[in-house]
Amino acid sequence: MMKIKQKGIAGTLESSDVLVVVSPHNEDKIKLILQSKVEKQYGDSIKKTVISTLSKCGVVSALVDVRDQGALDCVIKARVETAVYRAADEKKVKFGELS
Amino acid sequence: MAYEKKRAEIYAAKNKLPSFEGVFANSPQLANPVTKLRRKLKPSLEDVIKDSGLKNGGTISFHHAFREGDKVVMHVVKTLSDMGFKNLTIAPSSLLNCHDGLLEYIRSGVITKIFTSGLRGELGDAISHGAMDTPVQIHSHGGRVHLIQTGEISIDVAFLGVASADEFGNANGSHGELNCGSLGYAMVDAAYARYVVVLTQNIVDFPNYPASLSQDQVDAVVKVDEVGDPSLISVGAARLTKNPRDLLLARIAASVIENSGYFKTGFSLQTGSGGAATATTIFLGEKMIEKNIKASFALGGITGPIVDLFNKGMIEVIADVQSFDIDAAQSLRNNLAHTEISANEYANPSSKGAYVDRIDTVLLSALEVDTSFNVNVLTGSDGVLRGASGGHCDVAAAANLTVIVTPLLRARIPCIVDNVNTVITPGRTVDVVVTDHGIAVNPNNPDLAKRLHDANLPVMTIEALRDRAVKLAGKPEPIAYTDKVIAVVRYRDGNVIDIVRQVA
Amino acid sequence: MRLRRSMMFIPGANAGMLSNSYIYKPDSVMFDLEDSVSLTEKDSARFLVFNTLKENLYEGIETVVRINSVETPFWEDDLDMAVRGGVEIVRLPKTEIVDDVREIEQRIEKIEKDCGRPAGDTKIMAAIESACGVVNAVAIAKSTPRMVAIALAGFDYLVDMQTSRSSGSEPELFYARAAVLHAARAAKIDAFDVAYGNVNDEEGFLREVEIAKNLGYNGKSLIHPRQIELLHKAYAPTQKDVDYAQKVIQAAQEAEEKGLGVISLDGKMIDPPVVYEAQRVLLLAENS
Repeated sequence: MMKIKQKGIAGTLESSDVLVVVSPHNEDKIKLILQSKVEKQYGDSIKKTVISTLSKCGVVSALVDVRDQGALDCVIKARVETAVYRAADEKKVKFGELS
Repeated sequence: MAYEKKRAEIYAAKNKLPSFEGVFANSPQLANPVTKLRRKLKPSLEDVIKDSGLKNGGTISFHHAFREGDKVVMHVVKTLSDMGFKNLTIAPSSLLNCHDGLLEYIRSGVITKIFTSGLRGELGDAISHGAMDTPVQIHSHGGRVHLIQTGEISIDVAFLGVASADEFGNANGSHGELNCGSLGYAMVDAAYARYVVVLTQNIVDFPNYPASLSQDQVDAVVKVDEVGDPSLISVGAARLTKNPRDLLLARIAASVIENSGYFKTGFSLQTGSGGAATATTIFLGEKMIEKNIKASFALGGITGPIVDLFNKGMIEVIADVQSFDIDAAQSLRNNLAHTEISANEYANPSSKGAYVDRIDTVLLSALEVDTSFNVNVLTGSDGVLRGASGGHCDVAAAANLTVIVTPLLRARIPCIVDNVNTVITPGRTVDVVVTDHGIAVNPNNPDLAKRLHDANLPVMTIEALRDRAVKLAGKPEPIAYTDKVIAVVRYRDGNVIDIVRQVA
Repeated sequence: MRLRRSMMFIPGANAGMLSNSYIYKPDSVMFDLEDSVSLTEKDSARFLVFNTLKENLYEGIETVVRINSVETPFWEDDLDMAVRGGVEIVRLPKTEIVDDVREIEQRIEKIEKDCGRPAGDTKIMAAIESACGVVNAVAIAKSTPRMVAIALAGFDYLVDMQTSRSSGSEPELFYARAAVLHAARAAKIDAFDVAYGNVNDEEGFLREVEIAKNLGYNGKSLIHPRQIELLHKAYAPTQKDVDYAQKVIQAAQEAEEKGLGVISLDGKMIDPPVVYEAQRVLLLAENS
């Protein structure tokens, strides 16, 4: 279980990247806001990837703002993970449990 | 009069021929020394328009040789709007991002129908979202000429911006202060429009030469402040790109041409504009010099790298319908063997002779290609209008070897797909697709497949390319459209090949 | 036998480059966590590289991760990520003494055991970036069976030597180049020459490639995709080389079929190293 303590930001707005901001949420669920340049074609897929990555990290409550510039799944996962760990102020990453 | 005019009058009446009525009866312009020389020169655009007899519902036309720097279209349309015109059909040879401002005039009812090769930017976006009631007719460069000749595009007034003109209408795009180069598209309008207007920043002494547009075609000449912005004319053109992916695509494309069987002295080529295309021209040029293979001619869509090869003696003749940059415009001016051709001579399928018929190899781009090798250069993967038909389907139909160059993915979007959103160029006319992940050869060309395979090039099936795109990016959701048709794609012979619907 | 002509550097924190660079097909790709990644982005880079490795985007290309040196607080997490992510080779920057290698090796062993990776599966390569590294190169190269390659890193080495690059034949790199290469050959591993920083200077790049190739370097560290094709072309064997290599291989096959202990070609005896070299030439030719 990962507790979101502060705002965690990861990524950039460059092409093929995604900017992810994870912040604490007052409700016990995930609120996801997505802006993507490939919204029509991959909007649902991106949301799925973000949600499942959050779940694997053990996050149940968070405000997640995603601004996508056509990033591949592996980049989305990486940026969400980075933002989550920064938001949870957690330094120790268990790489074995991430995939 | 000293002679017996009676005998002529009697004969004329008896044989139903018109009788002589004085020297200036049918050429009143000669009666007055001012009108004899100056009659075409109008003080303002409003005067021209009044003189042209243009009415509501009429058709006006333009050319796009000034590309993103064009100022003529917006200036003319604004003037027409100010004068209260409505329901006009516009038939520019193409529209670019600098024409976004037309949206306002569509919304206010000044323009209700469009014929064009391309639609982009905010204008394309708005039309894709239903801004017009009448569908836009999309044609190729050659196809436009065909539609003009059949009368479907019946031009009342052609407004043609030029580099220099004399007061009698002799005009060109290459010998003024602000040169766009070839007036290949404008030449067609000048030949067929009912009333031809030449707009220029530069009125020169009579006679102006060369006369790409001739005094015997032109009705009015008007001086304007600006026909085009010189800094914007060669936007997106000719330097060797530094983008490593474009360079990779270019190297592979050049190798494909080298090993195609067409790469021998006397061959002809067309490469177009854009980063990968100009890089391919440069790499192919290196091979041409290395193997001493000279091209008989280059066609297009002419860019600096083509001119460079021409100057090095590797290309005998350049046939130019559009000069993409300043190097091309200058070369047209300076070199006899760099010749200006009209769109009719370039690509019209119903012309007596089109240059595309003589082309060996052509390099083209694509927004999407499907597994039947159909090409879309008009709508993006989101279904929105953002490109142009251009000369694509014209050259592909006629060339011996049609090479399409495209990255496999553009920011996650697959460019090799099951079915393109819009068909501009039918797959039968496409020989090979070059991507940064591999090359696919049309199964209808097994000879080519063998040659490229033997040359150790990365040949794979187009299905394998499609699969790789999906593996990397995931399968995209199909685009949702409504039933409303917002654009009709006309193949080069005028037949309807596809439609574009409004995005949901 | 594996070709290691081109090792392309990719900054580990750059999502765009990680996502796209496999199209350039270098022999090896090096995801960097060290000098090209800022201090505040070390964690970002780890996640990006881990996911890139897991996604197997670089299938067919040898993967390398350059971790931060043992002097930094980052190397343990870097190693953890890289080994668990399945990287083929871990590149050690600024390797100076054998103990540096030992420490890394022990750590890798632990992680391999913990994550179920076969022992010894993760390979190592050492980067020599200082005078100390140069003089210890042989010991470093021979320090562990995991060591598969050794690279000379020019920029930091020259700073350590209190000099800088001149243009031309570059005597200031001569000793280091020779030393690192000898260490590689003595240890029977591969050797990489320095990266060439001026991306726009094709001629200078090719001159340097020629020097390294003639010395016997297997390959070179590269910083831009354009350099890959130039390098591969320069390493392509001539038709003459290929013809001779084919003759050698044929002679070796014949000898084996006839059960002969000795391979002969044109009346001369062919030693095993010559056969090995012939195989290498044919592999190079195939991949040119």
